[in-house]
Amino acid sequence: MLKILKYSFYDLIRSRWSYVYFAFYLLLGFVLLFLNNDVSKAVITLMNVIIILVPLMGTMFGIMYFYNSKEFTELLLAQPLKRTSIFIGQYLGVATSLSLSLILGLGIPFLVYGIFKSEAILDFSLLLVTGGFLTFIFTAISFYIGLSNENRIKGFGYAILFWLFMAVIYDGLFLISLILFEEYPLDTFSLIASMANPIDLSRILILLKLDISALMGYTGAVFQKFFGTSWGLIVSLGVLFLWVLIPVLLIRRKALKKDF
Amino acid sequence: MIEIKNIHKSFSKNEVLKGVDLVIPEGNAIAVLGPNGSGKTTLIKSILGMVLPNQGEIFLNTRNIKKGWEYRKQIDYLPQIANFPNNLKVFELIKMIKDIRGGDIANENKYIDLFSLHPFLNKKLGNLSGGTKQKVNLVLAFMFDSPIIILDEPTSGLDPVSLLVLKDIILEQKVKGKTLLISSHIMSFVEAVCDKVMFIWEGKIYFNGTIADLKNETNEDDFEHAIAHLLKNAHA
Repeated sequence: MLKILKYSFYDLIRSRWSYVYFAFYLLLGFVLLFLNNDVSKAVITLMNVIIILVPLMGTMFGIMYFYNSKEFTELLLAQPLKRTSIFIGQYLGVATSLSLSLILGLGIPFLVYGIFKSEAILDFSLLLVTGGFLTFIFTAISFYIGLSNENRIKGFGYAILFWLFMAVIYDGLFLISLILFEEYPLDTFSLIASMANPIDLSRILILLKLDISALMGYTGAVFQKFFGTSWGLIVSLGVLFLWVLIPVLLIRRKALKKDF
Repeated sequence: MIEIKNIHKSFSKNEVLKGVDLVIPEGNAIAVLGPNGSGKTTLIKSILGMVLPNQGEIFLNTRNIKKGWEYRKQIDYLPQIANFPNNLKVFELIKMIKDIRGGDIANENKYIDLFSLHPFLNKKLGNLSGGTKQKVNLVLAFMFDSPIIILDEPTSGLDPVSLLVLKDIILEQKVKGKTLLISSHIMSFVEAVCDKVMFIWEGKIYFNGTIADLKNETNEDDFEHAIAHLLKNAHA
């Protein structure tokens, strides 16, 4: 599996798009930090970008890489290799190189700015950790969608739809349900509902670390009580981990059953 | 020895293999013949574990291949359509496959010489012509010297000179006592390199025996006519 990971990783590292992705974050980081001159504000703006863009990039790169490496995969399938290590290896290669672009692209400007001397170091690390998780989650899901759909157009469609649902539609549904059921106690419901969407979960996790929950009223207080503690942080990271693990297990199951 | 027992395979509603039984003894060169869509490639891919049969079992040296992968170390495979990662160079691809096969000794240089591939080693696979890709494909298939060789339409896209080279390579492998399974539509090629032929028709084995048997059975002196005869009978 490590060999497959290595080749997929190098393949992506050499591709132009990885550099574009890396350069984008580099630019974004520098612009935000040196125009804003306030690390906390920069982290909030970055969060808003990351929360939408990272899942989109994970989805697009994942599905594109999967379909583009179809020939490579077929070549590997005839070699003495385990099927699962071929697919999991490719997945890890893509997700690792994307995460690396993100971490280096944002890390460098913050290092230059002197993040280690700042108090925002923890918030910033949390931002990178959730960004990494989101990359791994959405790449895994797009790989699964690719494995399930021979038709590329369909695969692309489903992957983008999934991203759109998680990034945009889910919030809408969530808000509508909050308004519809406002007569009822909704704390537990909203806690669970935000756990069930990795994008929402990441957003709340970062927002609450930034101590702006006071702006969010009563629900904010409930959230703060849960997510603000180290127990809440551990549970949230655990849920994010589950969001990686389940699609990976699905990839494994699908890969073992498929004909090539 | 490869032993295939009652293999069934369907792709959604399309039943491709309907109960194939076959024994391929060691040191034989067998041709897999049959019209387009008769299930030759599906049968070959089942042996490689790329296609998973709905029913039936396949044994390689008495070991069931199901869920195994290490057995593929004993097989060299030439896929029907030479599809490679387009942004890799020829030598990188060869190096990579060698690395992935791990400890296996490879003599790729011999085959690069035979197919005169030296000028192409530094070119990207996406820029190669179909015939040159097929030569690269052949180098990858032969360089490991495994005891079983499976070739799915090895002649496609080759020029006459390379075809002669390929024939010589196959005959050399036969002398080494290897087991060969070759699917092809070029009858003269099959007659030159194979001892036995197996004819698949509508997902079942319609004929399995030596070329002489086939000629006797169909009362034809010429191999091509014998096959045509077989096809006509099958259609009737």
